[in-house]
Amino acid sequence: MAEFALPANSKVGKGETHKAEAGAKRIKTFKVYRWNPDTGKNPVMDTYEIDLDKCGPMVLDAIIKIKNEIDGSLTFRRSCREGICGSCAMNIDGTNTLACLKPIADVKGDVTITPLPHMPVVKDLVPDLSQPYAQLRSIEPWIQSDTPAPPDAERLQSKEERAELDGLWECILCFCCSTSCPSYWWNGDRYLGPAVLLQAYRWIADSRDEATGQRLDALEDPFKLYRCHTIMNCTQTCPKGLNPAKAIGKIKQLILERQG
Amino acid sequence: MKDVRDALMIGRTSEGDLVRRPVSPFMLGSAYRFQISSATSILHRISGCVLGVGSLLLTLWLVCAASGDGAFSVIQAFLASWIGLVVLFGFTAALFYHFCNGIRHLAWDAGRGFDIPVMRRNGKLVFVATIILTLAFWTIAFMVW
Repeated sequence: MAEFALPANSKVGKGETHKAEAGAKRIKTFKVYRWNPDTGKNPVMDTYEIDLDKCGPMVLDAIIKIKNEIDGSLTFRRSCREGICGSCAMNIDGTNTLACLKPIADVKGDVTITPLPHMPVVKDLVPDLSQPYAQLRSIEPWIQSDTPAPPDAERLQSKEERAELDGLWECILCFCCSTSCPSYWWNGDRYLGPAVLLQAYRWIADSRDEATGQRLDALEDPFKLYRCHTIMNCTQTCPKGLNPAKAIGKIKQLILERQG
Repeated sequence: MKDVRDALMIGRTSEGDLVRRPVSPFMLGSAYRFQISSATSILHRISGCVLGVGSLLLTLWLVCAASGDGAFSVIQAFLASWIGLVVLFGFTAALFYHFCNGIRHLAWDAGRGFDIPVMRRNGKLVFVATIILTLAFWTIAFMVW
């Protein structure tokens, strides 16, 4: 069911303010979503003033600085700090992106940071991604083939066949796109969401995969696939510059074409 | 959430006690920035609803026209009043918006126009075309009135 407002236990209150140290010249204000399961209270937005002269250029640098120097209890996921692991996906300044790829200088005014939208919060900026992970499993994201692999070589592709996978294999499963999609907010229980549908198309488009028919059968569903209304928030927000909306469009076209 | 995702709303404290997790902020406008992608999409829905109600008005006008001079003159007087004209103006604006953005959706369904610069340009084009078509319609309407 579509919900337009946050439930009572999720409404965000005002939090604490941590002032910048005296003598700081280039101060930037960060407003960060905080929720701690141990306090029994609603989430709040804590305010941190950061001296940009003593901070790296990216939003991830700022929240690592907050955790190291101001408030060690701030909780978030991060790993590679170069946009390849997908851990630090969060909502920054109103759109989803990777904190490690988002320059602080790109944000005018205060930097607001919240977890990926419409997800259960584990703590602070850490959302529970069990639902999209389970949906990813449901599309069976591995090669399926009746033809045995050649005993002494790889399954070969032409350059053109391999090029079909460009723009698909680069997905790092950060779920910025799925959690930017209003359809996924409201129907994420049954709609697979752009990230998982792009993965589904990645295997449909693979010349070595022989399960295209079964894959399309599984997707041909009013909710799993057709809750996509081409809103395009997914493509607009993808930190890797991929195009999930186009991949979903291709799945819809293939289903239409096979009807003859 | 009133669906299977509710199972994921249950977490635990450090002591192991059950606790209900919050949903992270999500709404367009308040938590998620309105972009041309979501703006054109939500307007497509709103204009579609307006057209649904507007076609009831059209039906009412036809029923009045079929039922005789008295009823027809009442509906004509209402539609020619300033309230009626505002309603009709909104109806035509919704019609032209839904028509233009519908062409955009047809292109998407045909596999075209997915690249971000094209999507943004066509979105703006839809707004411009809606304004031009609506104003042109009403200019002609007042000229022949």
